[in-house]
Amino acid sequence: MKIKDLSSLEYITPGTGACAGCPSTIGLRIIGKALGKNTIGFLTPSCAVASMGLTPQTCYTFSALNICFASAGASAGGAAMALDALYRKGKLQGEKPVVFNWVGDGGTYDIGFQGLSGSAERNDDYIHFCYNNEAYSNTGNQRSGATPQFALTTTSPMGKEIGQKNMPLLMLEHRPPYVATASLGYPMDLYRKVEKAKNISGFRYIEIHMPCCTSWRFPPADTIRMSKLAVQTGAWLLWEGEYGKLTLNGVTASLAEGRKKPISMEGYLKLQGRFSTMFKSPEKEKHLALIEANIQRELEFMAGRAKL
Amino acid sequence: MSKVFGSGNTACALAVKDADVDFVAAYPITPQTAVAEKIAAYIAEGIMDANYLPVESEHSAASAIAAASAVGARVFTATASQGLLYMHEILHYAAGGRLPMVMANVNRAVNAPWCLYADHQDAVSQRDTGWIHIHTASNQEIYDSILLAFKVTEEVQIPVMVNYDGFLVSHSMMPFETLDENKIKEYLPPFNPSWRLHPQWGGTFGNVTYSEQYVPYRESLTRDVKKAGEVIVRCAKEYQELTGRWHGGYFDVYRLEDASFFLLSMGSMGKEMELAVDLLRKEGIPAAGLRLRVFCPFPKEELSVLLPDGAKLLVFDRNLVYGSAAGVLLQESRAALYERRDDLRITGISVGLGGEDLPAVLLADRARQMIQEVEK
Amino acid sequence: MDKKIVQPISRPTKGACGRTGTWRSQRPVFEAPLCNGCLICWLYCPEAAISREDRSIDYEYCKGCGICAEECAKNAIRMVKEEVK
Repeated sequence: MKIKDLSSLEYITPGTGACAGCPSTIGLRIIGKALGKNTIGFLTPSCAVASMGLTPQTCYTFSALNICFASAGASAGGAAMALDALYRKGKLQGEKPVVFNWVGDGGTYDIGFQGLSGSAERNDDYIHFCYNNEAYSNTGNQRSGATPQFALTTTSPMGKEIGQKNMPLLMLEHRPPYVATASLGYPMDLYRKVEKAKNISGFRYIEIHMPCCTSWRFPPADTIRMSKLAVQTGAWLLWEGEYGKLTLNGVTASLAEGRKKPISMEGYLKLQGRFSTMFKSPEKEKHLALIEANIQRELEFMAGRAKL
Repeated sequence: MSKVFGSGNTACALAVKDADVDFVAAYPITPQTAVAEKIAAYIAEGIMDANYLPVESEHSAASAIAAASAVGARVFTATASQGLLYMHEILHYAAGGRLPMVMANVNRAVNAPWCLYADHQDAVSQRDTGWIHIHTASNQEIYDSILLAFKVTEEVQIPVMVNYDGFLVSHSMMPFETLDENKIKEYLPPFNPSWRLHPQWGGTFGNVTYSEQYVPYRESLTRDVKKAGEVIVRCAKEYQELTGRWHGGYFDVYRLEDASFFLLSMGSMGKEMELAVDLLRKEGIPAAGLRLRVFCPFPKEELSVLLPDGAKLLVFDRNLVYGSAAGVLLQESRAALYERRDDLRITGISVGLGGEDLPAVLLADRARQMIQEVEK
Repeated sequence: MDKKIVQPISRPTKGACGRTGTWRSQRPVFEAPLCNGCLICWLYCPEAAISREDRSIDYEYCKGCGICAEECAKNAIRMVKEEVK
C-alpha cells in the first residue's frame, strides 16, 4: 500500500478550529482513509471536540456523537452491542458499521480509564483510537496521566515529578484481539494497523502519538519531525499485540534488539519548550540520565515481553 | 396473559422482556440486583431477544444506553441510590439530547451514612435533570408502568424513570398479570425515533453551542416535559382500555368524597396511607389519600382540581430538602398552589427516611398532629 | 402535539470555524516543476487544504503551519511571509 493508493475520502472538511499544525486532524484524515464511510465515531471532550465548530456546524464528515468525558468506553461498547441486536432482530439491514472512538489521552488514561478497562475485559466490539498529545491540551496544557516526567504543564509548573502510565501496555495485558501504537511519522504503518483493526471484531485499541506544537511549544511546521524523533529516540515505541502476543515494529524493533542505537533524548527534548526549565536546571544532566535510563529499561522490557 | 406470583424486581424484569427491548446495560446494586440477574437469565435462556452488557459501573450503564438509544435501539437500565447518583451527568445528557430510554430506579437511601432501605432522596435528587419521574407502589403497577414508560418515552423523546421502593416493593411477593405479545404489540408500536446515529447521516450530535443557541434547547425541553403529563395520562387511559387496569393518571386517589384533609405521598407509603385514611375516617375525620404517580412534570392544575375550597393538604415526604421545612413534595405543592394560598392550608413532614417503618397507625398519628397544626 | 423534537445536531460545513486562512502569518508557495507527485504534502496537511490532483493550495483555509514545506523532500513548497493587508 502506497500513499498514491490511499482513498480520497476525507473525515475532515477545511476550516477546522484546530491549531495550525495540529496532529489530530492529520490522524483523523489517515484513519478515515482506512476506515471508510461505514462508520460511527464517538468523541469526548478534547481538542478534536473543542475545534469542531459551533452547532449547527461541524468540521467532521463522519457520523459522530459527542458523549460525556468518562463515557467513551461504555458508549462505544453499548452502541456496538445495540447495533448487533438491531441487525440480529432484522430492524437494520446491510453491513454493520465500524464503531470507533476518537479520544484524547485524558479520556483514555485518566477519566476514561475505567470504561476502557471494562470494555477491554468484556471484549466490546469497537476500535478505540487514543490520540495522545501527552497533556490536556484543549483546556490549555494541564498535566495528564500521559505527561512525561519533567514536562512543564500549567498544573505541573515545576515540571511533572513522575513519569507517565504505559496505557498501551496496560491495554495489551487485558489481552484483547488487537492493541497497537502508531506515529504520524510512519503514516503507512498507521494505515496498515487501522486496516488490520477494521477487519477484526472485538476490542481494538490504537494509540497514536501526537506531538502538540501548542502545548509542547515547538514550531507548528515540526509536528511530523517530532513524531519521527520520538520513535527514533525510543520515547515512543511502535508495536502491536494480538491477544497479548507482542510484536515490535520497524525502528522500535531495531532499537529493542540492539541493532540500532536510539538517538539521544537531549536532541528531541531540547526542541520542546515544555522541557526548557529542565534544561536550565542544575540537575539537567541527572534528569537526562534518568530519562535515558528509563528509555533503556522500557526497550529491554518490551524486548523481553515480545518473547512471551 | 399469565398470572405470576413474584417480587417487584421480577415484575420489572418481565415487563422489560415483554416490551421487546433491544439492549440493556446494568450494574448490580442492592436492592435492584435481581432485575439485572433476571434479564441476563432471560436472554441466556433465549426467551428474551436482546443484548445485555454487564458494564463495570452505573455511569457506564447510562453511557451505554444513551449511545444505544442514539443508534435507534429500545433500551433499558435499572439502578438504585448510589448508582443513580453515579450516573447523574448522563441523566442530564440523555434528557437534553432527547434520547428515549426507560430506567427503573429502586428507591434506596443515600450515603453517608450507609443505608440499604427505602427512601426517595435518590430519585428527588434527579428532579432537575429533565427526566420524567413516575412512582409506583405495587408489582402490578411496576409491570404496567414499565410498558407505559416505553410508550411515553418513545412518543415524547424524553427519558422516563420508573421508581419503586427498595425491599418494600422490590422484594415483596405479590400476584400480578403479564400481557400477551399481541396485546403489547397493540399498545407499543415499534421504536421510530426522529433521528438516529448511522453512517449515512454524516453529521455530529451534541456539538458545542453558544449561549443564544443553547437557550432554545432548554426552552423546548421544559415545554415538552410539561406536555408529557398529558401524554402519560392518555397512555394510561389507553392501557386501561387494553387491560381494564387503572393505577391513576397523575394521582391514585382514595376516598375523595367529602374530604377536607388530603394526605399526599409517593410510593408504597401511598398505599399504606389508604389504611391510615380508613383509621382517620373511623374517627370522623374526613381524610382522603393522594398517591402522586407523576413527580415530574409536577401536576399543578390537576392537584388544584382535587382540592376543594378550604381544603387542608398534609404532605408526607420520604425525602428532605435540607435546611427547609420538609421535602420536595411540600415545596412543589406550595409552589403549585400559591394562587390558592388564601383558601388552602398546606403543611408537611418528612418520614420514612432510611426505610423507617411506616405502619398506618404511625401515618394516622402524624396526620392528626398535622391536622392540629393547620387548624390553629 | 407539536412533534418537532429539538436535538443538538450539526452538519459538516466547509469553514465551520471561519475563514481560517486569515490566521496565517506565512503562506506556502508551490512550485510544480520541482514536484515529484509523492503526495506527502497532501497526506500531511492538517486542513486537507492541498489538492491531491495538482497540489494547489486552498488559501481560504490554509493556516500556514508549514508542515508541507518542511516535509517536502523536493523543496517544491516554500514558506513566504504573508502579505499584511
